[in-house]
Amino acid sequence: MGEKVLLTEVDIRRALVRIAHEIVERNKGCQDLVLVGMHTRGVPLARRLAALLKDIEKAEVPVGTLDIGLYRDDLPYREEPPHIRSTDIPADIVGKVVVLVDDVLFTGRSIRAAMDAIMDLGRPRRIQLAVLVDRGHRELPIRAEYVGRNLPTSQQEEIQVRLQEVDGQELVVSVAPEREENMP
Amino acid sequence: MRMREVSRRAAESQAILSTETKEWHHRHVLDLDDFSRGEIEAVLDTARAMKEVLGREIKRVPTLRGKTVVTAFYEPSTRTRVSFELAAKNLSADVASISAQASSVEKGESLLDTVRTFQALGADILVLRHWQSGAPYFVAQHVEASIISAGDGSHAHPTQALLDLFTIRERMGSIEGLRVAIIGDIAYSRVARSNVWGLMAMGAQVVLCGPSTLLPSDIEKAYPDVIVETSSEAALEGADVVMALRLQRERQEAGLLPSLREYIRLYQLNSERLARARPGALVLHPGPMNEGLEISPEVAHGPQSAIEEQVTNGVAVRMALLYLLARGGHAED
Repeated sequence: MGEKVLLTEVDIRRALVRIAHEIVERNKGCQDLVLVGMHTRGVPLARRLAALLKDIEKAEVPVGTLDIGLYRDDLPYREEPPHIRSTDIPADIVGKVVVLVDDVLFTGRSIRAAMDAIMDLGRPRRIQLAVLVDRGHRELPIRAEYVGRNLPTSQQEEIQVRLQEVDGQELVVSVAPEREENMP
Repeated sequence: MRMREVSRRAAESQAILSTETKEWHHRHVLDLDDFSRGEIEAVLDTARAMKEVLGREIKRVPTLRGKTVVTAFYEPSTRTRVSFELAAKNLSADVASISAQASSVEKGESLLDTVRTFQALGADILVLRHWQSGAPYFVAQHVEASIISAGDGSHAHPTQALLDLFTIRERMGSIEGLRVAIIGDIAYSRVARSNVWGLMAMGAQVVLCGPSTLLPSDIEKAYPDVIVETSSEAALEGADVVMALRLQRERQEAGLLPSLREYIRLYQLNSERLARARPGALVLHPGPMNEGLEISPEVAHGPQSAIEEQVTNGVAVRMALLYLLARGGHAED
């Protein structure tokens, strides 16, 4: 099983620094911003962005965490229900600009679920999306405002984002699909 | 196409799978004697997320849209039934209910026929309370739907035990190593029985206490790791959690108790007795309470009591179970 490094630690850091600047630029500052990290790897990414925003704008941006398990559209098709983690949004999001943060943007279904989850918590003025990697193959009309890196992929390959806080290393890799005998 | 679907799903759930996925293999929830620690933790963790939903202004998520939950109660109950129905509604499931008094049950329809009818009407999950011990097991063998026992006879009440475990973990941080004293009518208590299994799986020390006429005769053989006391003072000594059980007045009529007054004198959980437990010990009661009988009002509503919180936690735990059982159909292979 081959593994190809797509982004190194330095690439990831640069991408996040650029995204932080773009967030400030697009929103003309950090006022009314709430960063919401999607479990699992969106959470450390959101915290890092908040730290970068603090460096850039000297402003504290609240960071929340979101689990989309209760909003997934594939529950009827799964044999095992996904483990639900805590949703904790520390600030009132009504009238705010919510920046959803996730590691990989793929089909867009997770983001659809995340938007529904956010809407149930209140009516933000705007929802924006920041992702470390956009790998294409959307199944819904969704796009990200902030993209660390566009990585064209095949649908079969697996993109793994590994972050220090979760995985103990800092990498984005592509894993070729396992070759199986007699694949249909 | 199938491959694509699978690999996409694998990719999307990779984040979830890579963290501590806690095992969950149950099709039914009939008692806690077949629950591992990991499975109990899966329920409690999921319930914590559900409790967050209960704290929202709009307490509803779309998770179980299109699923049907039927509650069938062959024994009077308001609290447990309402708790299950709210849990199902909070998850956007459709809910139907039958009670023994208001259905063909009165016309002599058998339990199995009634349950089959509800299955034919599309029930995915059936919540069953029955006066006969073992009824949910019997039904589970004959229907496709998932069965959750909401209490059967004097046998088991798994969802009550899970909500007790949830409340203990939430208040005390963890369950492992705690001394939990359960006081009262142990022999007839399905709550006590299910709690023993759950608490032992989680590594707690269980103390069962009551007058000898209300303790099962084979208690030491049935639960070799449990401490049995007839003195409530001894049971309370050093307890981290104290659970008072409801005393059915019928027990006295049946001659198992000399008098209620004596029971109060020896077993009522009051402030004086509670002082023997650890400072800040948690007070639980499965409800409905006979205030002034098995528990004094000042303890029931005092600062150490989590009895009201138990009711809220009951909805969260039942939401968690409905969620965990409502996985998509059955494996095709």
